[in-house]
Amino acid sequence: MSGLRLVGIRKSFGATRALANVSLAVAPGEVHALIGENGAGKSTLMKILSGAHGPDAGTMTLDGAPYAPEGPHDARRKGVAMIYQELNLALHLTAQENILLGMESARGGWIDRRASRERARSALAQLGHADLPLDRAAGGFAIAEQQIIEIARALLGRPRVLILDEPTSSLTQADAGRLFGVVRRLRDQGVSVIYISHFLEECRSVADRFTVLKDGETVADGPMAGTGLDRIVTLMTGRAVTDLYPRTASRPGAPVLEVTAARAGPRLDGVSLQLRAGEILGLAGLIGAGRTDLVRAVFALDELAAGEVCVVDATAGRATPRRRWAQGLGFLSENRKEEGLMLGQPIADNVTLTKLGAFGRLGLVSGSRQRAAAQRWISTLAIKCRDPGQPVGHLSGGNQQKVALARLLEHPARIFLLDEPTRGIDVGSKAQIYRIIGELAAAGKAVLIVSSYLPELLGLCDRIGVMCRGRLAAVRPRGDWTEEEIMRLATGGA
Amino acid sequence: MATPLKRLLARLGPFLGLLAVILLFSLPAETRPYFLTFHNFKIILTQTVIVAIGALGMTMIIVSGGIDLSVGSSIAFTSVIGALLIQHGWAAAAVVAATIAAGGAIGLVNGAAIAGLRVTPFIITLGTLGIARGSAKWLADNQTVNYDASPINRWMMTANPFGYALPAGVWVALVLAGATAVLLRRTVFGRHIFALGSNEATARLCGVPTTRLKVLIYAVAGGFFGLAGLFQLSRLRQGDPTVAVGLELDIIAAVIIGGASLNGGVGGVLGSMIGALIMAVLRNGSQQMGWPTYFQEIIIGLVIIAAVFLDRIRQGRPD
Repeated sequence: MSGLRLVGIRKSFGATRALANVSLAVAPGEVHALIGENGAGKSTLMKILSGAHGPDAGTMTLDGAPYAPEGPHDARRKGVAMIYQELNLALHLTAQENILLGMESARGGWIDRRASRERARSALAQLGHADLPLDRAAGGFAIAEQQIIEIARALLGRPRVLILDEPTSSLTQADAGRLFGVVRRLRDQGVSVIYISHFLEECRSVADRFTVLKDGETVADGPMAGTGLDRIVTLMTGRAVTDLYPRTASRPGAPVLEVTAARAGPRLDGVSLQLRAGEILGLAGLIGAGRTDLVRAVFALDELAAGEVCVVDATAGRATPRRRWAQGLGFLSENRKEEGLMLGQPIADNVTLTKLGAFGRLGLVSGSRQRAAAQRWISTLAIKCRDPGQPVGHLSGGNQQKVALARLLEHPARIFLLDEPTRGIDVGSKAQIYRIIGELAAAGKAVLIVSSYLPELLGLCDRIGVMCRGRLAAVRPRGDWTEEEIMRLATGGA
Repeated sequence: MATPLKRLLARLGPFLGLLAVILLFSLPAETRPYFLTFHNFKIILTQTVIVAIGALGMTMIIVSGGIDLSVGSSIAFTSVIGALLIQHGWAAAAVVAATIAAGGAIGLVNGAAIAGLRVTPFIITLGTLGIARGSAKWLADNQTVNYDASPINRWMMTANPFGYALPAGVWVALVLAGATAVLLRRTVFGRHIFALGSNEATARLCGVPTTRLKVLIYAVAGGFFGLAGLFQLSRLRQGDPTVAVGLELDIIAAVIIGGASLNGGVGGVLGSMIGALIMAVLRNGSQQMGWPTYFQEIIIGLVIIAAVFLDRIRQGRPD
């Protein structure tokens, strides 16, 4: 049996079962789309294929021989190469040096310049990009070209299987088209390509077969031709929304935040929306659709290139995060560790950082009052910790997130911008955070939630907007949406 | 988990280090009779003043996640300014204000360049290291600046070997240390410094005016360096543009030995002061042992590495 074949793969992390029963068969010279929602187990499967994790159970074979990589390097040696969404190039080195990195043509430690050049050139020619300047620093290329450089590097190892993870997420339509050409070329040379993408239209145009993962299981596979996208979307989603979301009907009040034709950065491309008091508005969309860019621009963390953000009933002025807090906005970052929290600092400092001046007089800060405030939220939100003086970095992910949320509650904000508020936290903490969000809306606060987890948006929100490629495709009441419909719009359907 | 014990050790760590070096020189027969006398400690304290005041400013900068390499040059520059003004007949109080202002001005330039040009502090202050040193030599006409007499000359003297009076410089350093500790621990400004050093992105997200804050930190620290320059002037009784070369490294070492992290967000005044004392005691003791200066340099180098290594073990490895 040639090609890559996975049967009955299982993998758990502690009590969390990431993969329950995954099977996958990819023939040589086939482009195989791997499809599934966020959290379906795609990334765990990729880590197993690239050797970062070993499976708990199941068999993997490559061209009939057992395949058990010990790490990414070993996987590559055995013929499985992976191109990640975030590219891995040394930006200061030239294209040629990047292509040959770790596999230089050398004699006794001296680089063989001519052989190096030929190998780099032939790898690029194989991709139909022989004209790329080899001596330019990798940082001087556009993203699409950098991707080609990285694929060329993978080709030097003569891979039998090439895995592309969300390869078009940062590409323009035209560049994506060129990439599909490269993928087809590799297929015709007999390489198995595993193609992971949220863009279903894309999967259909480039892939020969597909496999759908849901909740860590393979739920379907088959030929792309003759399978409708509706069918695939139903296979991906179609899950009962449980009573995790204790939401009573809300009574939206007056508008509190108005965004008009906002443009920012490379992605956000003219978005207008209105948020009302007492309402929960959800933003669905794929990663890179511009949802995070929108909330960051609203909070003045990124500069608006055009358009306007108007906070109703608040003094205007130069937009800075400081002013946004003063206007009653609060922002929860999707990136807890890098941006959301000071991991090395105590819980008390993290909770009170936006309003230190309120904890004393004449610029002095009373540590005991800071700790008392933190202690109140520790009790209210049931944050598991030793005491308010404990560094936040010592807490579990769910408890860290509650500390980050407590900052907005303590401030107190009246407009909550929550970017992926339940990312990477356990189900118990999720339920608690849903309850808090529900209570906020009931108390008349306005909440804007960005989430990639559709059941959460459908369970929690009054209205849901779907973003695709920097634009807001539609905003409708919750009852008018189904997961299928959201996925259809998010993946570029009209 | 012996967490309380661990935390106690973490608190006491630098103290134990200081105690260890004092013991080191109290035991040998060559130094025992003199080393532990009050008079010797008065000398050690006086010798610590300049590094200690510099370390106060440096603690603020390092806790904020920055670094300042221009301190030695700033001290030379401000001491030349002070000497020139005394020559011109300025009163002592005016000279004090002017040297602090001169140091603050260099810090302001550092801070504005770091925040405005978004170039790392290492590079900017490496640049001002040269600029301030060159300017000092230029102003001084490339020679020492001498003056007849000034009350400032007395501030670093330990004239009466058996009296209990400490020189003014020591008192100033002590009072400033207390004030800086309160500033860092108890004021909005100080807590913002910790926030900036701990995670700049979080600080920005939480509305901390990070750009303005950086300028302010370097300017205030620069004021401390100006004051250190004044005591340098008081000690030498002349303005010397070539003085304090490399002193910034001693100051940084004091702050690091005291438990601060070059990654920012961690550090404290008490630790930095003990760090400064450890180095002064090592120098003083080595001299009395008759060890050559190159030997002192080797020892201090080892102490810096050992202090940071022990700190790492004490903190445990966070993962």
